Amino acid sequence: MSQADGALAADGRVLIVGASLAGLRAAESLRKEGFRGRLTLVGDEPHEPYDRPPLSKQVLTGRVASGSTALPQAGGLDAEWRLGVPAVGLDRAAKRVVLADGDELDFDRLLIATGTRARPWPNPAEAALDGVITLRGRDDTELLRRELTAAPRRVLVIGAGFTGSEIASACRELGLPVTVTERAATPLAGALGATIGAVAARIQREHGVDLRCGVGVTALEGDDEGHVRRARLDDGSTLDVDVAVVALGAQRNTEWLRGSGLGAGPRGVACDAGCRVFDMYGIVTDHIFAAGDVARSPHPLFGYEFLALEHWSNAVEQADVAAHNMVHAEAERRPYLHVPTFWSFQFGVGIKSVGVPSLAEEVVITQGSTDERRFVALYGQRGRTVAAVTFDQGKWLEFYLDQIERAAPFPPQFRTVGQPPSPRVLPTEFPDPALPTEAPMIVRTGHSPTERAWTLVPARGGRR
Amino acid sequence: MTDQTTDNGGLFAQILDYANRADPYPLFAELRKTPVSRAPNGSYVISTYREITALMHDPRVGTGSTSGGSFITMDPPEHDRLRRLATSHFEQTAVVRPDILRGATDLIDRLRGRTQIDLVDDFAYPLPVTIICRQLGVPEEDEPRFHPWADAIIATLDPRPGESQEAAARAMAEMNQYLAELVERFRMEPGTGLLSGLAAEERLSTEDVVATGRLLLIAGHETTVNLITNGMLTLLRHPDVLDRLRHEPDLAVPLVEELLRYEPPVQIDPKYTMLDDVEVGDVLIPKGSRIVLALAAANRDPTRFPDPDRFDPDRTDNQHLGFFTGIHYCFGAGLARHEAQVALTELARRLAGPRLLEDPPPYRPNPTLRGPRHLPIQIDEIT
Repeated sequence: MSQADGALAADGRVLIVGASLAGLRAAESLRKEGFRGRLTLVGDEPHEPYDRPPLSKQVLTGRVASGSTALPQAGGLDAEWRLGVPAVGLDRAAKRVVLADGDELDFDRLLIATGTRARPWPNPAEAALDGVITLRGRDDTELLRRELTAAPRRVLVIGAGFTGSEIASACRELGLPVTVTERAATPLAGALGATIGAVAARIQREHGVDLRCGVGVTALEGDDEGHVRRARLDDGSTLDVDVAVVALGAQRNTEWLRGSGLGAGPRGVACDAGCRVFDMYGIVTDHIFAAGDVARSPHPLFGYEFLALEHWSNAVEQADVAAHNMVHAEAERRPYLHVPTFWSFQFGVGIKSVGVPSLAEEVVITQGSTDERRFVALYGQRGRTVAAVTFDQGKWLEFYLDQIERAAPFPPQFRTVGQPPSPRVLPTEFPDPALPTEAPMIVRTGHSPTERAWTLVPARGGRR
Repeated sequence: MTDQTTDNGGLFAQILDYANRADPYPLFAELRKTPVSRAPNGSYVISTYREITALMHDPRVGTGSTSGGSFITMDPPEHDRLRRLATSHFEQTAVVRPDILRGATDLIDRLRGRTQIDLVDDFAYPLPVTIICRQLGVPEEDEPRFHPWADAIIATLDPRPGESQEAAARAMAEMNQYLAELVERFRMEPGTGLLSGLAAEERLSTEDVVATGRLLLIAGHETTVNLITNGMLTLLRHPDVLDRLRHEPDLAVPLVEELLRYEPPVQIDPKYTMLDDVEVGDVLIPKGSRIVLALAAANRDPTRFPDPDRFDPDRTDNQHLGFFTGIHYCFGAGLARHEAQVALTELARRLAGPRLLEDPPPYRPNPTLRGPRHLPIQIDEIT
């Protein structure tokens, strides 16, 4: 690894806004790269960085304590921590970030790693009912865990994306009656398409989930004490529930950048392949970088479309690239070429994905069978392979990753172990992007670095 | 495409030659210079880390068998079904450690009063046999019956020409008969262990249970014997590391990983066939070809492991192929790790002043499952 050099590395000031996985990883990488200057991390949560994936899984079932998912920290980080205080503004000309408590922090290099938050229930009064919960952080999990251990008559999960499905899985593991509503045709439709989502639907039902697709929740009603007790659905039915988990995906934390002149908006903070942030005119900045869930950057493997990736591995690897580029001269900068990968564990099934399924028009099962719930699904876009998704067949992913990186032809022509007798190429059936559904985890955000017009407003349902 | 159809001047044959059993590594280094070469029997031999790991995750590579054997010889979906059921009846978390420690302690206690021992016969063989018998529910007193069967079956893994096939078929039939009787008995009268658990599975035939039991009974001790013996041999050749292990029991974990890299008990894996044409490096290997993966060569590939011929228990980023990778990743890896960690720690702690009496020690003939037949050691006392 080439070591950072020059005045910046010796006594510069690097400010990282966002103290979760990407922020911490960037801080550690900066030190490894030889940065010896002043390092400050700002985080809106009071906790030191912790791992989020267990929050919707082992922590909910009680197998892991919520306080025990702290991310291990490399020794000798020598950073100044400003936890429990969000950043509220950026003055680019003065190279200064303003915190909510009025403090101002000057920087030579800034890393924006403010991530995402759970999309709230759109009706604030209903969202404020006890038992109506969104899940993003450790405190949310503790709240939800308390509700789940209070013997609720029924849990309602609104939205069957990965987070919603994992929560439903944890509820079933705890023996709780659970209803899942999803506006799309199947669970995981936004991430995997409804063709593969249909398998997820069968798995949920086999595990006793009352799964209702193509249905939205129009209202949540509370009792006299202000605790949620009933949900109204847009098919006219009602449900008696004691907990309602709102799992409608994520919103990017970019509001604090309003007025900064950066190319930041609801779709994220646009940056180039080297993590350098674009301003609102599409001009790349010199000192401001972005990484993690909040960043959207053009991907050379996928037609240079800007992608925003809400994945653990993305946070780690993009933070490494950003850190390197922050303290190195132009000629030594590295591009971010990570192929998206993610995993989920639900209802006893390990689901893994590489590439960008949502780009694909077609999908084919190359190994295993959907009846057995164990298979490899390969995704194709205009005759090339762009993604692979496995259900309990993750050991083959390295091979398919290589196929994606080579832009291998689709449908594939090779013979494999466990090949279905007559593989059929099917449409992927991704939902209309205008449909307000769960979070797809990989968000295609167009080709323009300054794309800011796009918003997603969960529909309230029309038949009230 | 170049055609690497020569055998590098008989290099692979030299590796198989018993004369080179004690130190095949210079030959493996030579072999790596041609990542894809040909064995005398026409198989393609792959010897570099990147190429081997890619093939082990490549679904165009398989055993070519879809039914009627143990899962190690089979492709999905049957492989997955049998392996999954076996997993659910095989305990190999840390709860097995007290049992292993008790077994190791007993065996070492029995050495009191002796100043010369054979690590293989006195320790490295009986320990894993005891453990795997308990895990499976096979009576340990039957060891004299199944030991020769296991030897005969393992001889077939030796790729050198020989007359072992007939003896192996006979041993296989006898072992199957023996295990089938055990399974039938467990059907009437359930007991503990994997065989009894599998016997109760409605989705498994007796043949399936017997095949799984046979695989685990053989693999469950043969490879571990070599891991422990290679481990002690390596420690005696690196006294500084042996001394560290006496004072730092936590060293056992990375030490065993390094051992699996440096002296892997399974040196080559000859079980795969190409199900399609596959390009490896710059060679196109045609559909139907047999391939041999030289795991021991890959474990010392300098493009993956810096200074690969150095035994360094502090090595980080040590993703060796000692347990393979991909779907045939060693089924008993968890158990083998616990066994080797406990065994080597106890040997280091309790054998006072150990020294090698013969270096190199005499090796078993088999080049696939490679390890010393005996490991004579002089000791001052047992502490």
